[in-house]
Amino acid sequence: MRQRAGMLGTATETSAPVLKPQRLASLFQHALFLRLLSLIVVLAAWEWAGRIPISPSFPTFLETVSATLEMIADGSLQAALLVTLLPLVIGVAISAVVGVSIGIVMGLDSRAEWLGVPVFIVLQAAPLAALVPLLVLAYGIGLATKVLVVCIMAMPVVVLNSFKAIRHAPVSLIEMGRAFLGSRRQIIAKIILPSAAPVIFAGLRLGTASGFVGAILAELLVTPTGIGDIITYNQSIAEYPKMYGAIAVVIALSVCCVESLEWLERRFFRPEKRGHA
Amino acid sequence: MTAVQAAGTLVAPIQKRAMVEVRGVSKIYPGGVEALTSITLDCPEGALTTLLGPSGCGKTTLLKIIAGLIPPTSGEVRVNGQLVTGPGPERSFVFQDFALLPWATVLRNAAFGLELRGVPKSEREAIAERYVAKVGLKGFEHRYPHELSGGMRQRVGLARALAVNADVILMDEPFSSVDEQTRRKFQEDLLELIANERKTFVFVTHSIEEAVYLSNRIVLLSRRPSTVSDIIDVKLPRGNPDEIRRHPIYLDTIETIWRGLKRYLD
Repeated sequence: MRQRAGMLGTATETSAPVLKPQRLASLFQHALFLRLLSLIVVLAAWEWAGRIPISPSFPTFLETVSATLEMIADGSLQAALLVTLLPLVIGVAISAVVGVSIGIVMGLDSRAEWLGVPVFIVLQAAPLAALVPLLVLAYGIGLATKVLVVCIMAMPVVVLNSFKAIRHAPVSLIEMGRAFLGSRRQIIAKIILPSAAPVIFAGLRLGTASGFVGAILAELLVTPTGIGDIITYNQSIAEYPKMYGAIAVVIALSVCCVESLEWLERRFFRPEKRGHA
Repeated sequence: MTAVQAAGTLVAPIQKRAMVEVRGVSKIYPGGVEALTSITLDCPEGALTTLLGPSGCGKTTLLKIIAGLIPPTSGEVRVNGQLVTGPGPERSFVFQDFALLPWATVLRNAAFGLELRGVPKSEREAIAERYVAKVGLKGFEHRYPHELSGGMRQRVGLARALAVNADVILMDEPFSSVDEQTRRKFQEDLLELIANERKTFVFVTHSIEEAVYLSNRIVLLSRRPSTVSDIIDVKLPRGNPDEIRRHPIYLDTIETIWRGLKRYLD
């Protein structure tokens, strides 16, 4: 292959994919390095900004770390996380299952599309935090309201991504499926869904991140429990390192969830991307 | 059917029975675009018939009508005497853009036609493995399409079409996105395959040289709305590829076709 690339100018294009894995492998090391570097730069800036200090209520990174370790040591952080994660997990799970299903149905059936797309576009554009007081009126201050907040944050992006993913399945692959006598069902299961998987998963990642926003929002706007309680309580008694520690932990957790979704996608849906990217 | 006399030895009507019969096929797309106008042609059994014509003349549309992927507006297509109403097990298709599943290995892609037919995994993989080797991709069974060059990807497409053991193989400009060297090698391999497989091939191309080199019969289509402007039976000796490309019949046929096509260019 490489020989040919040397001999003929136009061959470079066709043989490029063959060289890709190696190039991607070196890029991977590069990317990991860059990611670490970016994290270090941000944390160093944080530490520096805390030391100036830019505001008396802004702790340094190291103070935040020690406050976080303290909260872990006395078990308050874990307990708070459990409380926060319950509506989050339920809400994200509902959004994923229901949202992906609605999106797929909308992608496959144009009647469902006409019915659903306007609703979800409005939902995606609306400032949903404004609805929270309304939900409290309707469902009280319990778990149901918090789950609903997570759902209305996470669902629209999951639905719309799944819908677009299905709609943009490559026409030529579908035609291939028909030419080789695939039934409608086989074409959906073996061609449309796997080609849609990357965009569906992108929607799930965005939905999970929005779900975190929803869960914290619910705890700040409905009733202060879990991480929301740590944040509001420590803010009121000026224990800023603990407040920032709780925020940082939520961010870290959200990133981990989003990344593990990506791993899940590669592991089960896109074997050709395993080991790259 | 008119046969061109210009090349002298060209005309020797093929006596074999028609495997694919196209009778008065027209296609008008919604919106009124007329792609094909009453096309009638035969593709003899065990031979390679090429549909040749200028870009956008509806060659691919005609091939997809034969495949049963697009319904004709009027007229009918019969394959092995059976009226075509949709895709069928006696036909398989090689796509211009390969149409390989990017998430599936070479082996699974080659076996995909059998997979859709519900052939058990071990059986279909054994068959696919044989055809992957036959198209020259032994050792690449567990690679993914993005790891292959364009030419190799099209070989997978060919293996997939062969693995379902159809009588008629429809090829839509299979070499158009492959570089010239790979294309020549591929053409030679294809000729060998045709000689061994005893299948009927219908081939779409816009390359006159490719058409003359590969075909037993060339159907010349005019510009849109397409009609059959000529049918030429090619009688080339088989053997050394370089000799064929210098053979007087080869050169004369190219010249004749070129003269025929030139008038559509202005």
